[in-house]
Amino acid sequence: MVDEDELIPISALQHVLFCERQYALIHLERVWEENRFTAEGNILHERVDIEHHESRRNYKAEYGLAIRSLSFGLIGKADVVEFEKDDAGRIVSIVPVEFKRGKNKEEDPDRVQLCAQALCLEEMFDCEISEGQLYYLGEHRRRSVEISEQLREKTSGLIERIRIIAASGATPEAVYERRKCDRCSLFDLCMPKTVDGGGKNVARYVQNQIRKSLHDEDTCKEDV
Amino acid sequence: MRKLLNTLYVATQGSYLRKEGETVVIEQGGEKALQLPIHTLGGIVAFGNVLCSPFLLGFCAERDITVSFLSEHGRFLAAVRGPVSGNVLLRRTQYRQADDPRVTRDVAKNIIEAKLANSRLVVNRAIRDHKERVDDSALSDAAAQIARYLQQLERAKNADEVRGIEGIGAALYFGVFNHLIVDQKHDFTFSERNRRPPLDEVNALLSFTYTLLAHDVRSALETVGLDPAVGFLHRDRPGRPGLALDLMEEFRSVIADRLVLSLINRRQVAKSGFKRAENGAVIMDDKTRKTLLVEYQNRKQTEVFHPYIEEKIPIGLLFFVQANLMARFLRGDLDGYPSFFWR
Ligand code: SF4
Repeated sequence: MVDEDELIPISALQHVLFCERQYALIHLERVWEENRFTAEGNILHERVDIEHHESRRNYKAEYGLAIRSLSFGLIGKADVVEFEKDDAGRIVSIVPVEFKRGKNKEEDPDRVQLCAQALCLEEMFDCEISEGQLYYLGEHRRRSVEISEQLREKTSGLIERIRIIAASGATPEAVYERRKCDRCSLFDLCMPKTVDGGGKNVARYVQNQIRKSLHDEDTCKEDV
Repeated sequence: MRKLLNTLYVATQGSYLRKEGETVVIEQGGEKALQLPIHTLGGIVAFGNVLCSPFLLGFCAERDITVSFLSEHGRFLAAVRGPVSGNVLLRRTQYRQADDPRVTRDVAKNIIEAKLANSRLVVNRAIRDHKERVDDSALSDAAAQIARYLQQLERAKNADEVRGIEGIGAALYFGVFNHLIVDQKHDFTFSERNRRPPLDEVNALLSFTYTLLAHDVRSALETVGLDPAVGFLHRDRPGRPGLALDLMEEFRSVIADRLVLSLINRRQVAKSGFKRAENGAVIMDDKTRKTLLVEYQNRKQTEVFHPYIEEKIPIGLLFFVQANLMARFLRGDLDGYPSFFWR
């Protein structure tokens, strides 16, 4: 069981999966840059209600449901959770549905997020969940994702990793990887090129600058 | 690179600022004078009798846009900002490091080395650009002496020694400051630095520009989650933004002083734009202040090369980059604080 204060937001899983330093910057150091992607994300969630409406007997959908698991130490919100009931009103199946921008990517972050939601719902409703669904707004269709043993292991591995980083309180060093960093919303705050490998030797930098300023006077071109 | 957002300076007395959708509307005399999308703003600075609707203040706080209120003459009164951002662990680290004499000395040393190198550069540029019109020997003499103290800094044993050398360096620099004024020499004479209140036109310009600079450095520190009050070079004193003043040292001469000098030397300001108050304080009129604000804004768009991150960036982002480097150093990502050397 986990202390309520130490619950991990489900969003942290996708951050740590993308880059451990990004996770630490956002969740431990609390730096945050609003960027295009997060801004679009907000708009996306406002559209959930409009995009999705179904009415069947024995069927109920909850929007923006607050979920958590004390055994995994997770907390978050599910876009939509669909409940199927039998005639006696007992729940027979629960399916979390996440809305995604764009087209089908079946990326790991999306699947991990669904799995984390499933873990929370399983604990809250004391049931087993075998699938979740991703709804891609770009193509107006759903894809089913199996909450497999493998996916569960991956998700709990990430939770474990988050606990270790959080407990150490140390932000992992930046390692510049073009593919990743160039589309990272924290690039300017992270300065991965500058601090890569523990940063340059600052004492040497300062000495060089002083030497330059004492000797290369004529190299300055810019004007008053 | 991060986008350089504008600071909105409102100096027209009686202006009223309010929110309209996602925009700020500035009303003057009951009429809409200006309307700006909020997402282009990084801060709002209001001078004197300027009103701001609570909804606009709330919206700005939510968007991390600091709204500062200054007196008509640029004295800081209050600021409205959202909840303290950043990490309490970072601030604790900052306090611990500020208590460590070795760290304090190293940071103070790097900052003052940059300060002396940069002020020396301002002196040398004047010799180069105005050879026939300046007192060449007084200036080169000062530059040479500053260079000597700059080299001495390397051996400073503690922060107090750094502060001592800084004092001498500043005296040498301001000792020749009057020689840097090459035009309107009769109207603008600098004899010594005074600020409370500024007793001549040059000091009035300098003080006001330093206020603008302090404001920008302070918000940059807050943005990266540092406490602007706890510094390394400037000792703690209630109400004093020690760390903001620390970082400002690197920028004063190259940004603020050169701005003031070019306003005078290019005749963008005139003696008639100032008045003298009962207490001897010299204050600028609205037009002069506006000229200065516009020039300061323009200056912030100018790009400079940053020798540590090895990128060209607008001056307006320099504050943010230095604040960020300071945070990186305090967190242990860097093995020192890389101060900014102007090229
Ligand atoms: S810029 Fe690169 S190293 Fe830094 S947080 Fe983003 S992905 Fe990680």
